[in-house]
Amino acid sequence: MITFTIDGYEVQAEAGQNVLEVALDKGFDIPHLCYHEALKPYGACRLCVAEVTSGKRTRLTTSCNYPVIEGISVQTSTEKVIRARKMVIELLLARCPDAPIVKDLAREYSVGRPRFTADNDDCILCGLCERVCREVVGPDAITFLGRGSSRKVGPPLEINPKTCIACGACVYICPTDCIKLKENEKERTIVRWGRTLPMKTCVVCGRSFAPWFQLEYFRKITEGIPKDFWDKCLDCR
Amino acid sequence: MRRINNPQELEKIREEILTRRDPNKPCITICSGTGCHAYGCEKVAEAFRAEIRKRGLEESMDIRTTGCHGFCERGPVVVINPEKIFYQRVTPEDAGEIISETLLKNSTIDRLLYTHPQTGEKIVREDDVPFYQGQMRVIFGNNGKIDPTKIEDYIAIGGYSALAKVLTEFSPEEVIDTIKRSALRGRGGGGFPAGVKWESCRNARGDKHYVICNADEGDPGAYMDRSLLEGNPHSVLEGMIIGAYAIGSDEGYIYVRNEYPLAVRNVGIAIDQLRDCGLLGENILGTGLDFEIKVNRGGGAFVCGESTALMASLEGQAGEPRAKHIHTVESGLWDKPTNLNNVETWANVPLIISRGVKWYTSIGTETSKGTKIFSLVGKVNNTGLVEVPMGITIREIVHDIGGGIPGNGELKAVQTGGPSGGCIPESLIDIPVDFDKLTEVGSMMGSGGMIVMDDRTCMVDIAKYFLNFLKDESCGKCTTCRDGTRRMYEIVDGITRGEGRAGDIELLEELSWVVSEASLCALGQTAPNPVLSTIRYFRDEYEAHIKDKRCPAGVCKALITYLIDQEKCTACGRCKRVCPSEAITGEKKVPHKIDPEKCIRCGACIAECKFDAIEVV
Repeated sequence: MITFTIDGYEVQAEAGQNVLEVALDKGFDIPHLCYHEALKPYGACRLCVAEVTSGKRTRLTTSCNYPVIEGISVQTSTEKVIRARKMVIELLLARCPDAPIVKDLAREYSVGRPRFTADNDDCILCGLCERVCREVVGPDAITFLGRGSSRKVGPPLEINPKTCIACGACVYICPTDCIKLKENEKERTIVRWGRTLPMKTCVVCGRSFAPWFQLEYFRKITEGIPKDFWDKCLDCR
Repeated sequence: MRRINNPQELEKIREEILTRRDPNKPCITICSGTGCHAYGCEKVAEAFRAEIRKRGLEESMDIRTTGCHGFCERGPVVVINPEKIFYQRVTPEDAGEIISETLLKNSTIDRLLYTHPQTGEKIVREDDVPFYQGQMRVIFGNNGKIDPTKIEDYIAIGGYSALAKVLTEFSPEEVIDTIKRSALRGRGGGGFPAGVKWESCRNARGDKHYVICNADEGDPGAYMDRSLLEGNPHSVLEGMIIGAYAIGSDEGYIYVRNEYPLAVRNVGIAIDQLRDCGLLGENILGTGLDFEIKVNRGGGAFVCGESTALMASLEGQAGEPRAKHIHTVESGLWDKPTNLNNVETWANVPLIISRGVKWYTSIGTETSKGTKIFSLVGKVNNTGLVEVPMGITIREIVHDIGGGIPGNGELKAVQTGGPSGGCIPESLIDIPVDFDKLTEVGSMMGSGGMIVMDDRTCMVDIAKYFLNFLKDESCGKCTTCRDGTRRMYEIVDGITRGEGRAGDIELLEELSWVVSEASLCALGQTAPNPVLSTIRYFRDEYEAHIKDKRCPAGVCKALITYLIDQEKCTACGRCKRVCPSEAITGEKKVPHKIDPEKCIRCGACIAECKFDAIEVV
C-alpha cells in the first residue's frame, strides 16, 4: 500500500493507481472531462489539475495521469489550481458555448462570458470516444485527425469507417453528447461518423435488435459461446 | 573499405590512408551543404571536374565536395587547399580561371575573394575571414575537411579513434564518468546533463536499452543539426556507438525529418559503410560490442522533436507526447529504458573522449561547457552557421561574426531558442550566451536558432508569427496548449490589425501563465515565451498598437499609411509603374500621390523610389 495525503488527509492506495481515481474514490471533488475509470488516463482536458508536492518540488499537474507515490502531498483546490481550472473552463466554454456539461462547470466555477470569440463547436476533444472504441470495444474505428487548432476526431481519412460496428459506446461515453445515434427497424446510424448498418432481427421473437455487422464482430472475437447466441436478442438469450 | 577487426587494424588503415595522401597536393573543396546546394554548387563542382578532365590534371589535384562550411550567405563557397584560399559566390564559369590562375599559377582572383566590409581589404585565407575568426569550430570545422560520403575522410582526421579508445581502455562506467565530468549538457534545448542521463539509463532495469539520436530539428530558421548530419554524419554515429557501449544498448535509432533528404542520404551511406567495415553490427572492432542503428524518417511534425512524442512516432503511433512522471530513461521506446540525445550532443562525445575532459571544460562558462552551434539568420550581414564557445556575448556573435545589420538598420533584438524561446533586447546583448543566462533573461538556448531583428521589425508581429507556428504545430491534445495558443494568436492578431483593446496585454499574460503551467509537454510549457518576452521588453510597442493604433516599426499593414513627400518627389513615375494595385496617381512634373484606400502596403514603391520620397506613417 502507498500512503500519501490529499488536502491534508492521509489516504492509502495500491501501486499503479493514479491520484485522480484515488481522490474520487475517497470523495474528493476534482472536475474532469477526459477521464473515465474504464479507460487509460489521457490527460487532455487539463481540468483535473492539482498541486503535487514530491520531495522539495511542488508543481501543477494533471491528477489523472499522476501515479500515486509514497509520501506525496496533493492539494486539490489551491489558488493556482482554481486559477488554471477557471481558464481551462473559459477556453472550453469559448469552444463549445452550448455544451451543457461545460456550462455547468462554468456556473460552478463562476466563469462568466468567455473573453474569446465564441466558436460553435460541440466537441471538446477529450478523446473518450476514441479510447473506448480502441481500448474497450476494439474496432479502433475512429481516431484523432490533424493537429493543433485543426485537430478533430473522426474516422481515418474521414471516410465511412469500415470497422465501426455502430455499437454506440462512443455515443454513450461522450460528455458533450455530440455523437448521436439514430435507429429504426431497418438500420442504425452513428450520425457523426456517417456509419449506417442494417439491423438484424431476433430469430426467436422477430424483433430488430442490433446491427448485423456488430453481431458478426462479437461472434468473431468471442469463444465458447453457443453459435446462435448472437442471433437472439437480449430478452430471448 | 575492408573489414576492421580490431583497434590496431583501424590505426593501420588510418596510416595507409594518410600515406596515400599528400598533404601538399592541391585540393579544391566545394561546399555542398544545403545552402550552397540552393546556390547551385553541384554545377560548380561539375564544372571543376569537367575542367580537370579536359586539361588532364586528375593526377595533380584533388577535388572534394564537403559538408557545410557555415558561411551560407556567401555560397557557393570554394576553398583551395592546402593554402586555404577562400573563394565565395563562385559560379561554374569561374572554374576554369580558378584552375589556371590559382592552382597552376599560384595567384589569387580578387573578384572572388571576400572583401572586408569595413576596411575594404581583400581577404585571401579562410581563417582570416572575420566570420570565421571569432568562431571556435571544434565540431563543425571538420565539415569542411571531409567528404561526408567517404568514411576514409573521417578516419583520416582521426575518426573512430575515440571509439577504439573507449572500447579498449574504458569500462562503460568510466565512459559515463568522463561524460559527467565534462559537464556536457544536452544541445537539443533542455540542457540536461548528458552523463547523468546516460547513467540513469544504464542503471534502469530492463532486458533491452535503446539509444536515440533526435534529428527532428524543426525550429524555423534553424539548420545546424541538419548540416552536421549532412556534413559529418560519422561524428554523430561515433558518438552514438560510444553512448551505446556506455549505456549497454544494442539498438539505436536516428529520427530525422524527411524534409532533410541530404541528411537522410548521407547518414544512410555512413551506416552502410560502418556495417561493411565492422564498426556497426556484431562484435564491433572485435571487442564483443553489438550495436545496430536504424534510420527513421519523420513526417515533419514539430512536436515530434519532443522526446516522448518522438518515441510514440517511432512506435508507429501519432506523435503525441505523454506524461513524463516516469522518465524515458526508465520507460521510453516500447516501454524500455531509452536514452535520447540531440545530434549535436552526440557529435560532442567523440571530441570529449579524444581531447579529454580538461580541454573540454576549459571552454565555456561555469555552468555551460564546450561550444554551441548557432544558426545565425535574420537581419544580419553574414547569415550562416556559427560555432562559438559558450559564454561569448550576443554582441560578438551579431556584430563581429555576423558582420552587423545590413543597410542602415540598428539592432533591436535577438530571438533565440526557436518558437519556444524569447526575444532578447539590444540592451542585453552583452550577456554571456549560456544555458542559464539565456533562461534568466526570458529566452532559452533551445537547439541554437538565433534570429537577428532590426529596427524595422515589429515585435508584436514577431510574437504573432511564432504563435501562428505554435498553434498549428501543437499536437492538439491539451486544452491549454491547443486552444490557449490559438486564443493568444487571435488576440495578438487583433492587436496587429488595430483591434486591440485595453486589457489585452493582461489577458495575454493570464493565458500565458495557464498555458505554461497546465500543459503536458515542453511545447506547451514554453509556447508563451515569445509573447512574454516581447511584452517584457517591448511593452510600449504593444501599447502603441492598442492605444494609439500605431505600429512604431511600420510593419503592421492595418496601422500604417504610405505617403509621398511632395517636396522630395521628382515625379519620375517609377513608383507608379511598380505599384501592383494602381494606387499611385500623378502626371509628369506633378508630385505623385498614393490613394490609401487602394494601397496594399506592399512596399514595392519604397524599394523603387530613388529619392527616398515615400514615408511610412
